[in-house]
Amino acid sequence: MVTENGMTPRPSLRIERATPAAVAAEGLARRFGRRWVLRGIDLTVEAGQIVALTGRNGSGKTTLLRLVASVLRPTRGTVSVFGFDTRREGAEVRPLVGLLGHSAGLYDDLTAGENLVFAQRMAGRRADGALISAVLDRVGLAPFEFERVRGFSAGMRRRLGLARLLLRPPRLLLLDEPYASFDEDGIDVVNAFATEIRAQGGAVLLSTHDLSRAALVLDRRLHIVDGQIVESSELRGPTLAGGRA
Amino acid sequence: MNAELTRIGAIVWKDLTAERRTKANFNAVVFLAGLILLLFGFAIGTEQASMQPIAGGVIWLTVLFSGTLSFNRSYEQELENGALEMLLLYPGDRRSLFVGKLLANLLFVLLVEVVMLPTAALLYNLPIWTFLAPLSVVLLLGTIGFVTLGTFYAAMASRLRAREVMLPLLLFPMLVPLLVGAVQATGGILNGDIMGSTWWWVRFLFVFDVIFFVAALFAFEYVIED
Amino acid sequence: MNNEVISRVVPPPPRWLRPLGWIALLGFVAAQAIGFLISAPDRDMGNLQKIMYVHVPSAWVAMLGFFVVFVLSIAFLVTRREDHDRRAAATAEVSVLFTALTLVLGSIWGRPTWGIWWTWDPRLTSTAIMLLIYVGYLALRAFTEDEDRRARWSAAVGILGFLNVPIVYFSVKWWRTLHQVQTIDAAGAIDSAYALALLLNSIAFLLVFVWLVALRAHVARLERLRESWIEDEALVRTGSEAHV
Repeated sequence: MVTENGMTPRPSLRIERATPAAVAAEGLARRFGRRWVLRGIDLTVEAGQIVALTGRNGSGKTTLLRLVASVLRPTRGTVSVFGFDTRREGAEVRPLVGLLGHSAGLYDDLTAGENLVFAQRMAGRRADGALISAVLDRVGLAPFEFERVRGFSAGMRRRLGLARLLLRPPRLLLLDEPYASFDEDGIDVVNAFATEIRAQGGAVLLSTHDLSRAALVLDRRLHIVDGQIVESSELRGPTLAGGRA
Repeated sequence: MNAELTRIGAIVWKDLTAERRTKANFNAVVFLAGLILLLFGFAIGTEQASMQPIAGGVIWLTVLFSGTLSFNRSYEQELENGALEMLLLYPGDRRSLFVGKLLANLLFVLLVEVVMLPTAALLYNLPIWTFLAPLSVVLLLGTIGFVTLGTFYAAMASRLRAREVMLPLLLFPMLVPLLVGAVQATGGILNGDIMGSTWWWVRFLFVFDVIFFVAALFAFEYVIED
Repeated sequence: MNNEVISRVVPPPPRWLRPLGWIALLGFVAAQAIGFLISAPDRDMGNLQKIMYVHVPSAWVAMLGFFVVFVLSIAFLVTRREDHDRRAAATAEVSVLFTALTLVLGSIWGRPTWGIWWTWDPRLTSTAIMLLIYVGYLALRAFTEDEDRRARWSAAVGILGFLNVPIVYFSVKWWRTLHQVQTIDAAGAIDSAYALALLLNSIAFLLVFVWLVALRAHVARLERLRESWIEDEALVRTGSEAHV
């Protein structure tokens, strides 16, 4: 085909996205009072990826996860989840994400089972006893279904938080230090869950101190220092020798 | 709508179950209410003549001072483990959080009143049994307005450093019309005047409740976010 | 950051601010003078009645101010524009000042008139409640550090607070009609000279009010600007310099 001025037009180089990225952040910054915790983050996490955030304590990993979850609003910049801006379209973002934070957000005076019943009903659904027993079993808390959370250890609480996410697996799974306070079984559950999400076309963003735990399932690693991403590397789990990054 | 009713029901169930298990809150508030009633006796005098005219005021100040304790506490269980964040993450209308908390607090305070009112009647020889039906209406209407505003302001106050001071500072001036109306109606009923000005104040309370329920419902989602 | 000098432009106050200030000042003096001159001392109260020329306009202007806070609060929640919040806060501060003035003057008027410092007059009482409501508004702002939260929360409080203003007034009024109580009385309003003086003073007070609010809002704008410059600098610093 020839255009008016006789030139052959070049094919368009603009690539249309078939599906929006699971997470897309641009110039994302957040401060608390006078302290900047994140100072201009650009990142993209595609669907079908498991990405680890590494960095020291206080480098901004938790804040980044909470911003992606739409729990926090950005001070500057934007972040979107599957194409929905967290600030303006929070209502569309929330059904898509699942967050497991440091403290699992449980009620001490309810039992493990009751906490899960509450979670189901808060999602607008009927309580499903069979499903609850099943997820508790999967995280190894089946014997504690009728125990009050008040007596739980930190590890048990996080397992329960994980169980809550298993009730309704999200498309974007956000895990803050998921390997902390877990034993080998717990770690396997986390990795299995992450792998499932990835297989279903979702994505996982997790923060960790210790890459070796996640090494088997990771696709990418982002390293944060002082609120900025300084390194982004591709990893292929099985090719890693001994779990070193 | 169905989903929202489920969510509201879930919050009411959760708050009441947690409360039923610890009873710490309820016992403390009931005890404080009893104490305040006693203190009024010491402060004002226990003669029939001195107590009867101000019985309405004594009752309602007792409700206000003791009931206010429960509002911040209602949010503290959400703050201690980061549960509030989870609540905000569930899909659905955030106003259901308000309605749920309001209903749970309402039941709580009404229960406290169920204990407190006969105690007041006992201490000060008040004829509550004769007028139980109209008194219940006034108590219900007054408590609804009280709990609506208390639940609303505590959503903010509970997250501030000076929460014990901020909640009364924000809440009590707003409760003045409610206090006036409830005390007038209660006093009127106890003196045997059911119709007339008492009925007028009852309608006033109803209008107050409606106005502030709607306003608080509208404003709540701006307030509950982080 | 290296040592380059970055020039920052400090925005000047609005051009009409200074002229307004002068007009307001002159207007206030003139209106007060007129008040003293054109209406004779009251039969019963003598020159004390002249206090009404400050008390009543203060009350009126404060009430207007709280209405403005109400409107700006709604505007903020709808648009999320920071300047609405800033202006609402400035207006609330100045209105609280005028409310306090109203109360003090009302009390001063009451003392020689009735022999007591306070009467549960509906207007005075509801003004006192209004003062408490908005002192709560200001306290809330003082205790909330995050700007976004502070703006949202005070907007909510400003809206509900204003809704209560007429309700408080009527409830106290209906309560007090059951008892005989002295009221602060603008009975002299029948006198047309008095009414004229009141009108002139109200206009003058309105000008003073607007001037004060505009000044305060401008200062708030400068404060916010300074904050954002400091923010920007902190953003690019790293490591131990990162704290502001």
